[in-house]
Amino acid sequence: MDQLLYSAEVVLNGLMTGVMYALVALGFVLIFKASGVFNYAQGVMCLFAALTLVGIMNGQVPFAPLLSAITGNRIGTFGFTVPAALAVLLTAVVMVGLAWLINMLILRHLVNQAPIILFMATIGLAYFLEGLGDVMWGADVKVLDVGIPQGISESVEAWTHAVFGYGFFIDRLDIVAAVVATLLVAALVMFSQYTRQGRAMRAVADDHQAALSVGISLRFIWVLVWSIAGFVALVAGIMWGAKSGVQFSLSLIALKALPVLMLGGFTSIPGAIVGGLIIGVGEKLFEFWVGQLVGGATETWFAYVLALVFLVFRPQGLFGERIIERV
Amino acid sequence: MFYREAGDFKTSYRDDGQTFPIRLDRWGYYALLAVAFLVIPFVIDNYWANAILVPFLIYAIAAIGLNILVGYAGQLSLGTGGFMAVGAYAVYKLTTSFPDINIVIHVLLAGIITALVGMLFGLPSLRIKGFYLAVATLAAQFFLVWLFNKVPWFYNYSASGQINMPERSLLGQVITGPGTTPAAKYLLCLVFAVAVAWVARNLTRGTIGRKWMAIRDMDIAAEIIGVNPLNAKLTAFGVSSFFVGIAGALFFAVYLGAAEVGEAFGLNKSFLILFMIIIGGLGSIFGSFAGAAFMVLLPVLLKNVLVGGMGWPTDLAAYVELMIVGALIIIVLILEPHGLAQLWRLTKEKLRLWPFPH
Amino acid sequence: MNFRLTALAAAAMMAAAPALADLVVPNLSYRTGPYAANGTQYADGFNDYFTLLNERDGGIGGERIQVPECETAYNTEKGVECYESTKGSGAIVYNPLSTGITYQLIPKVSADGIVLYTPGYGRTSAKNGKVFEWVFNAPANYWDGASVAIKYLLDQNGGSLEGKKIALLYHNSAYGKEPIRTLQELAEKHGYTLTEIPVDAAAGQEQKSQWLQIRREQPDYVIMWGWGVMNQAAIQEAANVRYPMEQFIGIWWSGSEPDVLPAGAAANGYKALAFHGVGQDYPIYDELQEHVIAPGKASQGGQHVGTVLYSRGMYAALVISEAIRKAQELSGTAAISAAQLRDGFEALDITPERLAELGLPDFGPPITMSCENHGGSGMARVQQWDASAGKWNLITEFTEPDQEVLQPLIEEDSAAYAAEAGVTPRCS
Repeated sequence: MDQLLYSAEVVLNGLMTGVMYALVALGFVLIFKASGVFNYAQGVMCLFAALTLVGIMNGQVPFAPLLSAITGNRIGTFGFTVPAALAVLLTAVVMVGLAWLINMLILRHLVNQAPIILFMATIGLAYFLEGLGDVMWGADVKVLDVGIPQGISESVEAWTHAVFGYGFFIDRLDIVAAVVATLLVAALVMFSQYTRQGRAMRAVADDHQAALSVGISLRFIWVLVWSIAGFVALVAGIMWGAKSGVQFSLSLIALKALPVLMLGGFTSIPGAIVGGLIIGVGEKLFEFWVGQLVGGATETWFAYVLALVFLVFRPQGLFGERIIERV
Repeated sequence: MFYREAGDFKTSYRDDGQTFPIRLDRWGYYALLAVAFLVIPFVIDNYWANAILVPFLIYAIAAIGLNILVGYAGQLSLGTGGFMAVGAYAVYKLTTSFPDINIVIHVLLAGIITALVGMLFGLPSLRIKGFYLAVATLAAQFFLVWLFNKVPWFYNYSASGQINMPERSLLGQVITGPGTTPAAKYLLCLVFAVAVAWVARNLTRGTIGRKWMAIRDMDIAAEIIGVNPLNAKLTAFGVSSFFVGIAGALFFAVYLGAAEVGEAFGLNKSFLILFMIIIGGLGSIFGSFAGAAFMVLLPVLLKNVLVGGMGWPTDLAAYVELMIVGALIIIVLILEPHGLAQLWRLTKEKLRLWPFPH
Repeated sequence: MNFRLTALAAAAMMAAAPALADLVVPNLSYRTGPYAANGTQYADGFNDYFTLLNERDGGIGGERIQVPECETAYNTEKGVECYESTKGSGAIVYNPLSTGITYQLIPKVSADGIVLYTPGYGRTSAKNGKVFEWVFNAPANYWDGASVAIKYLLDQNGGSLEGKKIALLYHNSAYGKEPIRTLQELAEKHGYTLTEIPVDAAAGQEQKSQWLQIRREQPDYVIMWGWGVMNQAAIQEAANVRYPMEQFIGIWWSGSEPDVLPAGAAANGYKALAFHGVGQDYPIYDELQEHVIAPGKASQGGQHVGTVLYSRGMYAALVISEAIRKAQELSGTAAISAAQLRDGFEALDITPERLAELGLPDFGPPITMSCENHGGSGMARVQQWDASAGKWNLITEFTEPDQEVLQPLIEEDSAAYAAEAGVTPRCS
């Protein structure tokens, strides 16, 4: 009975973690759908967005280390702080600018290249952004506090304790993340269903050539999609950054999103959500039941193996487009 | 003017298919080999061996291995680091269990073990394609690293899970362990690199190489004309992993001497080697060497210029180095998506026609 | 084009080699990569102490100290590159601040005859100077740390841990696995049960499974062997599941400001081991201010002065400089060689009086080393985080580890290394 309750708790937390994974995976899907680019830099974009947000909130001078090295005197902060909401807005603007630059400087020149070349280019971009983030804002661990509550949710604990005799643990941050993720997905769906740009975006995702022929500007749509992905990265960066500080490791969460993508399919937004949930629950349950028998820390590979086994039976992922090959 | 054949007078297929059809190329190649074997070993010092040439040669072997899989057979893999770890741990277990057998045999055996593991993880490639396959090979990467970290048998139950290479010698010359001379290290890796390149070159221009390329270009079409995809894909995984395993074994035994699996054979290694073949050129042996040289030399060069030459603080230099490496990768991809090998080919074409471009 | 680049690189390499007249103590630091936040502070402390010696005293015994810095990014290959590139300039001692790189360098320094000083990290059994001629790890090593932590818990529980549950939350790497053996041995001796919970290094910030397990099993104490993001995430998750911070003890690498700050007030009461003091309440900081910080010579502008890791870097530099002094005294020459420095380390005797003279009274434990003992006394103390004041407070005196248990383990492990590497024990 206890084991059952524990498992239920593990499943619940797995679902919550899955939402966090799905947040990162969403950005990948958006870009892959619209431009066929497998954007490895999504993780670094989360880091970059979070760094920029903290930098703006604390009023840090960008490029302080570089400026100090050149001028020789120490420059730190502007001496003012920016309220969280405004900072988020400013960061979103920065991410839009970044999206525009990426399109101008990189993607435009790589039109019609093989997918692997585009993939490699995004890894190059990841290196670049990682260095840029450090040069702009420094490499120390930054505390991100935008007022999201954290810690165990006492009401859930009290309620489950009353009902089952065992208080479940749910992190309040995870609840917030789940709500935000729901809102985000709802907003994305609304946007792509009911706005002109959204419909254009879907058209591009469907067929580049056809979209071009009816007068949709590919370039604009790409900037739009990368901007949205940048915004999604910002949201993911805030959630993960609030958890354990903003630092280099934030970029590694991309690795957690990859199996989610495999499972859900590279081209499906619902796939990212469902895939995230499955991976979250699967890896937590596996660690709970099997992990302790084999020495733990199975979470790094279990998600991949799960996705691999799954793909053998369904090579296009859960919601991916059916692969039709013609000779 | 000098760099060309005087007309096309080939009278046999053998001549037509040779690796260096132009005499100047052939001479250049022999000269390069002569310098590599007869000159460099006498002038090499510790820094050049340990920081540049030995890693370059070992990465070149790994890059050739991966190039066979990605460049020739078209199967995108991100599990290279994991397969290198298999080679490293195999050679460690073999040489500590059978210390009397020659280390070269152990290195080759390590390659064979890695080939078997690689074929096992290559099985899903029959169903899964493209990026899905790339991410699926990550399962191999993470699982293998976890396995070597977790099962004490692999690291002989040492307290921390590190493996250390004992001293071994070949022909009376110490070739592993701290007492190795730079020349011995370098020569051993060079012999392996040249041999691997030679084998790879001859495999890829034979039947099997053509099968791989047919699969790469379109696997369904290849199947229709009679190429067995199971056979072709698994041999590609096997041969590729064999070379990668040798690279991993040398990487641990000769270059590092001690290794921790998560650190030395992590995901970054997989990406690094993939970079080498993309920058160097997919489907090119020369490209594998060029890419390895580019990715090994560039950071060292940048570091020396920025820190040593311009006196920047090391942290700033490291950030800027990251930015420059990232930017250069993008620039190379934009300017020449087919890599350095393609640049080389173009130069040769131009040279051949020079000074009469039309 | 290519020629010019090569020429430029060659010129750069020439310029990088410092003049041979000075004593060279390379700083293999990491200010980038996953552990940048920790590495930066340590490297600053290390640099600043030598800058102080150079500025105030003109070096040691009239010899200026060169501290060429080389970025390793906590990566073993870059570490090797750094070692090889600085070795040629006459380096006499290395301090790479990475257990992985240390393992890498042990065979190399043994062959090249250069001292490797790894305070509080590296290979524990290097304490046995009979086998590890060139490696020193005073004042304390991982096994000392594990033992001191258990001793502290014994103290808290009136001398008995019978029937207690202790969980070890560790970084799933060579570093994190170090204390397992010791804690197991001690579990046998003191009768507690040990649960080992690994956290994978690549996924340090996602520790929900681990903390759910801790919440279910409610161990009496959690001991942590973490580094980098794992520390911050663990402390945050501990706060999330309301695990009492007073029962949560980290090794010294899990007890610095960046580890506790992200969790804010929730981290209050978290404990960690330490083998040196912390904060700026030492006379040396006045001199540092006068000679290094005020003239703008501090590493990175002195933004981390007084933090835990800064103090640790400074302490490492202090021990090295004392060993250099000792070596100069023994050999009668100011320009010592690496071999003379090894003798200096082996004759090192840092007394509390000497520490006070250096402006750091009661900062570290007394260190006495010999040919056999390369690890000092192994004493460490416990510090506790005060979130409201934002500082660490030392809450115990220096405590001796349980050498009775540790010594056989060290003998065993170093004997295994000696057999593997073919080392004949010395010092007899």
